[in-house]
Amino acid sequence: MAAPVQVEAVVASEAEGSPRRRGRRGAQPSHRRQSFGLFLTIVPFLVLVFLFSYFPLYGWIYSLYDYRPARGLGGSEFVGLQWFRMLVGSPTQVQQILQVMANTLAMSFLGIAASVLPLAFAVFLNEIRATWFKNLVQTLTTLPNFISWVLVYMIAFSMFSTTGMVNGTLENLGLIDEPLKFLDSDQHIWLKMALWGIWKTVGWGAILYLAAIAGIDQSLYESAKVDGAGRFQTMWHITVPQLMPTFFVLLMLSIANILNNGMEQFYVFQNAFNREHIQVLDLYVYNIGMTGNNLSLATAISMLKSVISVVLLLSVNALSKRVRGTSLV
Amino acid sequence: MTTASLTRERGHVPFTIVNCTLFALFALVCGYPFYYLIINSISANDLSALGDIRWLPRGLHLDNYGQVLDLQGLPQAALVSFARTVIGTAATVLASAYLGFMFTQPRLWKRSFWYRAVVITMYFNAGLIPVFIIMKTLGLTNSFWVYILPLVVQPFNIILVKTFVEAMPRELQEAAEMDGAGILSVFFRIYLPNMTPILATVAIFSAVTQWNSFQDTLLYITDQSLYTLQFLLYMYINQADSLAQAAQQSGGDLSGIASAATSQTATSIRTTVAVVVVLPILFVYPLFQRYFVKGIMLGAVKG
Repeated sequence: MAAPVQVEAVVASEAEGSPRRRGRRGAQPSHRRQSFGLFLTIVPFLVLVFLFSYFPLYGWIYSLYDYRPARGLGGSEFVGLQWFRMLVGSPTQVQQILQVMANTLAMSFLGIAASVLPLAFAVFLNEIRATWFKNLVQTLTTLPNFISWVLVYMIAFSMFSTTGMVNGTLENLGLIDEPLKFLDSDQHIWLKMALWGIWKTVGWGAILYLAAIAGIDQSLYESAKVDGAGRFQTMWHITVPQLMPTFFVLLMLSIANILNNGMEQFYVFQNAFNREHIQVLDLYVYNIGMTGNNLSLATAISMLKSVISVVLLLSVNALSKRVRGTSLV
Repeated sequence: MTTASLTRERGHVPFTIVNCTLFALFALVCGYPFYYLIINSISANDLSALGDIRWLPRGLHLDNYGQVLDLQGLPQAALVSFARTVIGTAATVLASAYLGFMFTQPRLWKRSFWYRAVVITMYFNAGLIPVFIIMKTLGLTNSFWVYILPLVVQPFNIILVKTFVEAMPRELQEAAEMDGAGILSVFFRIYLPNMTPILATVAIFSAVTQWNSFQDTLLYITDQSLYTLQFLLYMYINQADSLAQAAQQSGGDLSGIASAATSQTATSIRTTVAVVVVLPILFVYPLFQRYFVKGIMLGAVKG
């Protein structure tokens, strides 16, 4: 999900910790009955939450079986920690896991490195005076955030395939004789994926910072001006520091999500040429579970991933408490 | 920003030029692909197949749009996409409104326990395969409801609504209850009509999510009559076979080189379907900007 959304959730859940405005509690039996009646009306929704969020946790026990869908769990063989041992057992498996981890971490770190871009985008866009131009830029740059990865791939295809617009233009200009293979190649795949990510999310990510800029106390700028600060000094010493809390929250969240790149982007861009370097953890789980049909091994991996993610989240949360005095979640 | 603009009066013309140029370039990079798809879908098909349409459409015609409707499976996919967007959005909006409201009610039994139990699901995930197995167990694979049910309760939307309701005057409810209104009529008659700004945000966000969703079809659906437009587009890009097959069954033939400006080519089908997929987004986009940016602003100011 888009970054600003997460921050808003953080802001809202922080508000939840504040003292409640309403203290009255029904103590009489009639109140208690009514209170339970209210509860019954939300039960259907709680059932959905249970079914789709909590119940699947039970599925983790599939990682202890050699699960065959046809036979069901009862008919499948209990194998204990076999799958977990297998992950670190054979050299080929270890090598594969290491490659997948390298892909996952590389793409996450590129994403984290790119997270200064929305901030810079907002700070520099704020320096433009013409409102119509600002609006036009914002409209066009946020648009890619609202299309699916399939459509992004369609765009990549029409721009960069061997018969695409970029190759066509380069050939027309006589710069190349043979079409360049942008998509069907294994080169620079981490960088390419990061660039598509930037293309899709930078404009949208900037909206949050732009909102924060609009909320900056104008007297700060006035006193800076009185002190003789120039344009770049105000940008660097006033605007940027005011945005740091937001930046910090987003940074912490992306560190917590370092193993969760999602699979959609990588699934649509995946092909026989780039498979080795595009396969992030989420896609790997899909590939061995759904395509390779080893549901148990895939469960074991996604279970480890979920546990590590929660630990990471709790750690950055504790870190945030220490540094900022407020928690993230 | 008056002071800031005064500072700007002191020149820095080169900076402004570089700054504006960079933004203009990036805006072009973001906007051009959409323009490219649109002009290619309305240009002569023999030209678009050669990749000759780059800046202006040539040989204008709208036949492609009529013809893609004849592609096998496409009208059905459009229907599925449309249905899931409408039904899914309505369900999410109602659930978010009701739960967001109920979680502000001090009388609700074990209120904060249930609220936390719902919100905490934002932060963990059992994983792709366990969820897949559960969907299968529940009989939701190859069912339309797999598009709707898992997305009904969304913690983030509930937080949004709850925060919004908490900012509304409590007297609204008290006055209505004095007049003898029950909790449901308080919700439907008093709160629901006053929640429109936040519900519009939830609705537009959820509609875009539904329309764009691809992964659930990939994971849970093998029945072709439940394919969505996104999924079909993916198949048309990646599998030339399925494209040719679909075209053939609708009376076209992709094997030969396009002989005329209006006979279908792989490019014309792909770009036209892509435009069909992206057009609804472009239409709701102005709404989206209005409501969502406002919602974000609210959130940011509060923080």
